Order: sequence, then structure tokens, then C-alpha cells
Amino acid sequence: MAHILSPRRAALAQGDEGAGWLDRIDPRSRILGASLFAVAVVACSRLEVLGLAFACSLALLLAARLPIRPTLKRMAAMDGFILFMLVLLPFTVPGEAIVTLWGFTASWQGLARAVEIALTANAVVLALMVLVGTMEPVTLGHALHALKMPERLVHLLMFSIRYIGTLREEYLRLRVAMKIRGFRPRTNWHTYRSYGYLVGMMLVRAVERSERILGAMKCRGFSGRITMLHSFRLTRADLAFGAGLCGTLAVLLLLEFGPWP
Amino acid sequence: MHIVDGALANPVVIGGAVLAAGGIAMGLRSLTLEKIPAAGVLSASFFVASLIHVPIGPSSVHLILNGLAGLVLGWAAFPALFVGLLLQAVFFGFGGLTVLGINTLNIALPAVLSGLMLGPLIARSSPVTGAVWAGIGGAFAIGATTLMVAASLMLSGDEFVPAAQFVFVAHIPVMVIEALLTAAAVYLARQVKPDLFNALQGARP
Repeated sequence: MAHILSPRRAALAQGDEGAGWLDRIDPRSRILGASLFAVAVVACSRLEVLGLAFACSLALLLAARLPIRPTLKRMAAMDGFILFMLVLLPFTVPGEAIVTLWGFTASWQGLARAVEIALTANAVVLALMVLVGTMEPVTLGHALHALKMPERLVHLLMFSIRYIGTLREEYLRLRVAMKIRGFRPRTNWHTYRSYGYLVGMMLVRAVERSERILGAMKCRGFSGRITMLHSFRLTRADLAFGAGLCGTLAVLLLLEFGPWP
Repeated sequence: MHIVDGALANPVVIGGAVLAAGGIAMGLRSLTLEKIPAAGVLSASFFVASLIHVPIGPSSVHLILNGLAGLVLGWAAFPALFVGLLLQAVFFGFGGLTVLGINTLNIALPAVLSGLMLGPLIARSSPVTGAVWAGIGGAFAIGATTLMVAASLMLSGDEFVPAAQFVFVAHIPVMVIEALLTAAAVYLARQVKPDLFNALQGARP
């Protein structure tokens, strides 16, 4: 099944030599590692430290031998979202002037704040995509369950993972049906009404599908338990990963909060 | 309208996470075994709907539809939208990790509010009047989400005030589009499958 959530999997399968070490690390360790890294990086605010943290994420990306371009492209897509805020910051933080544009003064302090946010956001998201985003989505669900996420929330996550692909195909089928009837999206009431009907129809079909799913699950005696497909085990690889991560975080935090100016 | 890691002050991030956890717990409490498939498949539908781009002038916007999610899911919108944001962060790199809580709160609280306020009204009125109420709900949810995003930014520092104001103004057309779409979607659903809104009826404690 071509799944929208794991397009990288296919690319990974071609040359999984290097990614091997990542796959040997317990998914739980990877989730915890990404979370610890995120908290530590968010706690830092010195530009040198954040630059180092971003370099660590890049190193992780290279070490995991992920396809570099698509991964960085995704990261850049996020930057597109926050670009406006970042561009605005130099002009809204008071401080030493760099340049004056149309009566607005950009300050070094504001520029530093913008760089700080960009480095933090990218370092965290890149590490998250490399460590957790490379997992099978179902493994992510099981690992979160093993990490004591509430059972019903894990069920909800698993259902979403399972049906996002299916429902997206249904959406594309409906779009094809609209297209062959001559629908072309424009900025008008007809377009918005048609999209609204499209969404409404998707919801109707989703609920009808869920009734069939419930029937099928009842027939197989579903009791609300999550059966563990994976038995997670901590190995030496996890120890090495944990030690490496803790070392890196210690260096980052020491540089940030250490007794130097 | 994702906020990224590193932009917000710690109290805002922590407060958001705590409130979001409370909302998720409220939502999960109402999800019995029987309702999990419906909630799960609907949460996947809203994820797919958020990938739809709708043209507006020369540009396009992607849908959020949190108002509609609240109308259909009630309190379960909290865990459903959290799951969507988690998957987006992990697999698409949108948003961030430490800000998952505040992002969930900003999107899901307006959803639940519009569901609680307008759900009963829609159920009582005719399809056309119901569609009007749904449109109001859709606009309200986007407006409230935008205000909450702006508030999260402003609580974190005065330097974000212009950005927060911009976020609000930029989303006025989105409010209009979401209102129209939500109205049309609810109108169709009422005609085709009136019990859509009862799928998780008990999910409103």
C-alpha cells in the first residue's frame, strides 16, 4: 500500500546499509531521544549553541543516510510558514540599527531573535523527522503505547494512520468524478459549495465505513486491547545511542549555561 | 497556523500542554469501544481534508475545518486533532514537538466550543438554517483559533505583536471560506445522512 505517511520508506529500502543502525535502535529510545533533544534545544538561546544543535541534527540526517534533498525540502516547507514572522522580527525588536527601510529600522537584536527561532525550530524538526519520522507509522503507535500513552489515544492514532491513505484515495476518486463533470476550481461560490459538498460526502462515507469496520472488529472479538506486534527490547545499540545523546546534550547545555560570558 | 519550537515563552508552552492534556482526557473519556472506529476514521478524514487546497484569488489556502470537526466529534475533537498534529509534525515536519500541546489547544478548543454551542442548534433547525449556524461555527472556530495563536505569541513577547496582528488579518478570508465550506458540508450531510451528527452523540458529556 502506498501510504502518504511513509514516502521515505521506499527511498530507504534502496540503500538501507547506513540506515541499519537507526533501525537497530529501539523505537522507544528514538522517541524519547527526540523529545529530550527538543526540550534541551528549546531551553538554549545562545546562537552558537543553537548552531551546534542544528549541526548535530544535520549530522544525524547524514548518518542515517536518508535521502537528503526530500528531507530538507520538507524542513524548508515549514520555514515557508514562519518566514513572515522571521522577516518581521528584526523590525519589531528594539535595539542597535542595521538598516532603515521605508522608515522602519531593523535591529541586530531582532535579527538575532529571528535566527534563534529559525535554528531552534529546524534543529528540533529535523531530529524528529530523522529519529521518529523514519519509523513505520504502526511501529510509532506501538512504541507510544509501550511508553504509556493512553490506550484509546493510541487506538485513535492507529485508526488515523490506517485510514488516512484509504480516505485520501477516496478523496482523489471524488475529485476525478468532479473533474470529468467539468469542475474547475476558481474563486467563486460554486467552487466553495462544491468543495463543501465534497468534504461533507467524505464525512458521510467515513462514518459509513466506520460502521462496517466496527462490525468486522466485533466479529473478530475486538476487546479494546492493543496486541503488541513488536516486542521492544533494549540492546547495546540503545545504550550507545543513549550515551551519545546524553553526551551531546550535556555539551550543549554546558556551553549554554556554563560559567563563560 | 502552526507555531514552531523556540518561538514561545516557557510558561505559554507548559500551560498549553497542561490544558491540552486536560482536553484530550475529556475527549477520551467519552470514547467507548463502540465509538473508537467512528472517531478514528473521522479523525483520518479531517487529516485528509487539511491537505485540500482551495483557490482564493491567485493563491490558495489549505483547509483547517476545526469548526466542522467540533460539530461532528464534540469533545473527541481534542484527541482527534492532537493525533493529526502529531502525525504532521513527525512525518511532514510541520509545527514542532514541544509546541504540540499549545497547537492542539489553539485548534481544538475553538472546535469543541463551536460544537457545544452550535451542535444542539443545528440539530433542532431545518437543513438551511442548520447550514447557516454551521457556517457561523466554521467562521467562529477559525477566528478563535487565530486569536488564540495571536494571544500565545503576544504573551511570549511584545516583539510578536505585529506578527500576531498580521496572522489575524491574513485569516479573515480563510474565515469566510471555512464558513462557506462548513455550511455546505453540513447541509449535504444533513440531507444524505442525518445521523452523521449522532455518530458520536454520547461524545458530548
